[in-house]
Amino acid sequence: MSTESSLPISHWQRLWLYLLGGLVMLFLIAPSVIIVIMSFSGSTLLQFPPQQWSLRWYESYFGSVEWRDATIVSIKVAVMTAIVATPLGTAAAYAINAGTLRLTGAINALLTASLIIPVILIGIGTFFLYARIGLNNTLTGLVIAHTVQALPLVVLTVLSGLRSYDMNQEMVARSLGAGRFPAFFQVTMPQLRFSIVSGALFAFITSFDEVVVSLFISGGETTTLTRRMFNALRDQIDPTIAAISTCLIVLSIVLLSAAQLFGRGR
Amino acid sequence: MSIGSVSLDRAGRPDAVLNADALRADARRQALGLLALLSPGLFLVFAVIIVPIGWLFWLSLFDQTGQLSLANYARFFEQASYIRTFATTFKVAFAVTGASVLFGYPLAYMLSQLPRRAASICLIFVILPFWTSVLVRTYAWLVILQRRGLVNSWLIDLGVIGQPLPLANNFAGVVIGMTHIMLPFLVLPLYASMKTIDVDCLRAGMNLGASPAATFRQIFFPLSQPGLASGVVIVFVLCLGFFVTPALMGGGKVIMWAMRIEQATSLYSNWGAGAALGVVLLAVTLALLGLFQWLLGARATGVWSSR
Repeated sequence: MSTESSLPISHWQRLWLYLLGGLVMLFLIAPSVIIVIMSFSGSTLLQFPPQQWSLRWYESYFGSVEWRDATIVSIKVAVMTAIVATPLGTAAAYAINAGTLRLTGAINALLTASLIIPVILIGIGTFFLYARIGLNNTLTGLVIAHTVQALPLVVLTVLSGLRSYDMNQEMVARSLGAGRFPAFFQVTMPQLRFSIVSGALFAFITSFDEVVVSLFISGGETTTLTRRMFNALRDQIDPTIAAISTCLIVLSIVLLSAAQLFGRGR
Repeated sequence: MSIGSVSLDRAGRPDAVLNADALRADARRQALGLLALLSPGLFLVFAVIIVPIGWLFWLSLFDQTGQLSLANYARFFEQASYIRTFATTFKVAFAVTGASVLFGYPLAYMLSQLPRRAASICLIFVILPFWTSVLVRTYAWLVILQRRGLVNSWLIDLGVIGQPLPLANNFAGVVIGMTHIMLPFLVLPLYASMKTIDVDCLRAGMNLGASPAATFRQIFFPLSQPGLASGVVIVFVLCLGFFVTPALMGGGKVIMWAMRIEQATSLYSNWGAGAALGVVLLAVTLALLGLFQWLLGARATGVWSSR
C-alpha cells in the first residue's frame, strides 16, 4: 500500500510487537478511562465497574462553593495567561526566526528555560520574590508565573509554524510599501494563525493544569483548582475528585482536538 | 567606510559601498526592532526565573545566624537523612527511566513501522496523557493501586491473593505513577527520530541476507540511538526534580529531592537549606543536559516541539 513500511516482514511476524505496543498504549490510556467511568459511580466505595450509577459526584462538585470558586480562579488565570503569553511568545518566535541577532542560541535557551529548570525551584523562587513585592495570593502573580511557564510552548509552536513559512512574502509586502507592522499583520500572521491559536491553547492548558508553582503562590481567595485538588488528595481520596478529573480530561481532549484541527489547516 | 564593507560587496559595485552607512543603519534598526520584540518575554523570564534563583543562590551561602558559610552545603554530606533522600531520588530516577525505555522503545518502534494513518491514531494514546494534568493521572493511580484499590480488590475477588498487596504509598507506587507520566517524554522524541530512519537502509540489509532480528540489531537500533538518548536524558532530568507524584503516592516513605526542598522552605522555613538543595538540583540538571548536548550536539528540549 504505502512505501514507508514495505519491508519484507509480514504483519504476522510482527504480531508480538503489536501486542507489546498495544499493552503499553493500554497502560497509558487506562487510568483516564477508569477515572471517567468511576466518576459516574453511585457509591462512596471505589469499585470498578461501579455497581450503581449516578451523577452525585458531579452534583457535589458543582454544588460546592469552594470547588466552584477554585475552578473560576483557574479559568480566569488560564485565559489571562493565554492572552498574555501568546503575543509575547509570537513576537519572540518571530525575532528568533529572523536569526540575524547574535546570541540567538542563548536567547532561545533562556526563553525555554522553564521547561528544564526543576519546577519546584521556580516555585520557591517565585514565592520568595512575590513575598517581597506582595504578589503572593494574587491573580496578577499567578498570571505572571504561569505566563513564564507557558511562554516556551508558544515560542516553540509558533517557531515550527514559521519554519514552514516563506519570509520572503513579508519582504515583498514591505518592498511594495507596506510598513513593518501592516506587513506582519496582513501577510504573515494570517498564514501563522493556526500555529498561534495552537500556541494559545497550549498556554491555556499549561496554566490550567499547573500544580507546583500554584501550591506556593496561590491561596485564600485565589486558590487554584489544582491546589485545592492537591490538598484534598493529601488528606483522603474523595470521589468528587473523580468528577473534577473527568472534566479536566474532557477539557484536554477538547483543546487538543481544537489544536489538531487548527494544525491541519496549515 | 571600512575595507570590510568593500570586501563584502562581491561585484565590487561602488554604489553599494556608498550605501554602506545607510545599510548598516538599517541593519541596526532591524536588530533593535527584533530585540524590542524579544524584550517583554526575556524580561519576564529574567524577573521570574533568573532573579529569584540568583537570590536563592545568594541565600544558600549564609547559615541560620547570618554568617557567610558553606554549612548549608556541608549538611548534604553529614546528615544521613539528606544522603538517603539523594539515594532515593536517583533510585527512583533510574527505575523510572529504565521502565520508560523498556515500555517506550517497543511502542515508538511500533508507531514508526505502522502506516501513517494508523500511527497517527495510535499517537493519540501518547499525546492525550501527555496533555492530561499530572494531578489527574496521579489520582487515577492512587485509585487503582491503593490498599483497597482496583488491582487489590480484583486480585482478592479472583482469589489470587489473600492480603492486599502494598502497591501505593511506597517505592513501587511512585515508580509506576511516574513511569506513566514520563513515558510520553521518551516516546515522542524517540518516535520522531525513528521516523527519519531511511527504510532503504533496512531493505538493503535484508537484501544482503540479514535476518529481521539482525537488521534491527545492526542497523535500526544504532540509528535510533540519538533519539533514545535525548528521551532518556529528558526523562532522567525531569525525574530528579519531580514533586507531585512522589508527594502524593510516596506515603511519606519515599522522600525525593523536590519534597525535601518543599519541606525545608514550607515546613521549617529554612530558606538557606532549601535554596542550597535547589541550587545543587539545578546544577546537576544543567550538568546532565550540558553533557548530553556536548556529546551529541543536540538539545534535549525537542520533545515539546515534536508533538
